[in-house]
Amino acid sequence: MEPRIVQVQENVLRKNDRLARQLRERFRTSGVFVINVVSSPGAGKTTLLRETLLQLKSRYRVAAVVGDLATANDARRLAESGVPVRQITTGTTCHLDAVMIEKSLAGWDLKNLDFLFIENVGNLVCPASYDLGEDLRVVLFSVTEGEDKPAKYPTLVSTSDLALVTKVDLSDAVGFDGVAFAEAIENVRPDIRVIAVSARSGVGLDAWLRALGTARAARESRPAGNAAAPPGQEA
Amino acid sequence: MHELSVAHSLVEMALDEMERVPESRIIALHLRIGALSGLVTDALLFAWDVVSEGTKLQGAALKIEDVPVVIFCPVCQQEQTLPGHQIFRCPRCNAKSADIRRGRELELVALEVS
Repeated sequence: MEPRIVQVQENVLRKNDRLARQLRERFRTSGVFVINVVSSPGAGKTTLLRETLLQLKSRYRVAAVVGDLATANDARRLAESGVPVRQITTGTTCHLDAVMIEKSLAGWDLKNLDFLFIENVGNLVCPASYDLGEDLRVVLFSVTEGEDKPAKYPTLVSTSDLALVTKVDLSDAVGFDGVAFAEAIENVRPDIRVIAVSARSGVGLDAWLRALGTARAARESRPAGNAAAPPGQEA
Repeated sequence: MHELSVAHSLVEMALDEMERVPESRIIALHLRIGALSGLVTDALLFAWDVVSEGTKLQGAALKIEDVPVVIFCPVCQQEQTLPGHQIFRCPRCNAKSADIRRGRELELVALEVS
């Protein structure tokens, strides 16, 4: 038989995208604001989140889900903050997907939460492709990683809504060039907001917490049904 | 690194589609992969061979169309194709733009059957 073409025209990750859309709608109707935190391994996601949970919990109802290839160590560290934490162990999978998030939420009444943080697997490549239904995607770069990291991982940066430079208390020790970093990230993701923080010294945490409050308020003021765009793709 | 998961999805999708044309054999899958999809073509081809082996898709080729990044330039008021994916500025007037119109694609476009 002569070869012929059967049109398909489907996103290869359609199952994930579909579920992510449902999750986003569920988060919105429940009133919980969801933040997906992504970075390379060792950029300081867990330490920053622990501080964030500690500071938010007096004013808001907060919880966290943390993904790791193996061990529940990060979940234990986050649980020190005294808020509900769940671990997703991904085994060999290098990212979290919407199915894992949905499963991890079983039994939690999302209506009782104001903020839910998802700590993704430490990886600057794969998490970019998987929408988790989050409202805000936050990418972390630590000062120890070098200024050109954004140029090396443009896909993840281009889907992020906010960037944090972490461990800034070490800036001088490692000779971090903030201007070069700002230029590198501005090239990849023009106008992205960048906040410099240190979970250890407390620098920048107020600005980070305020940014979370502002983003949550902005979502609440958008009309229903307008929340379907994945992070970084509202434009 | 998630090319293996993507290859699995492709097998699943193609097998689903084959139910529409049960008498056919799939020769090739036509894909569109954007420069910002986060996927490495070589890794996908390798994963495809591994994952499709032993299925009805064994031996089917992946025909990949690479899609460059296209932004909308707010100054030129038109779409512009970028030569890479690390500098999001208009190649004509150098204006910044975060308005990405193409380049995130990861699509199964069509199946070639006989």
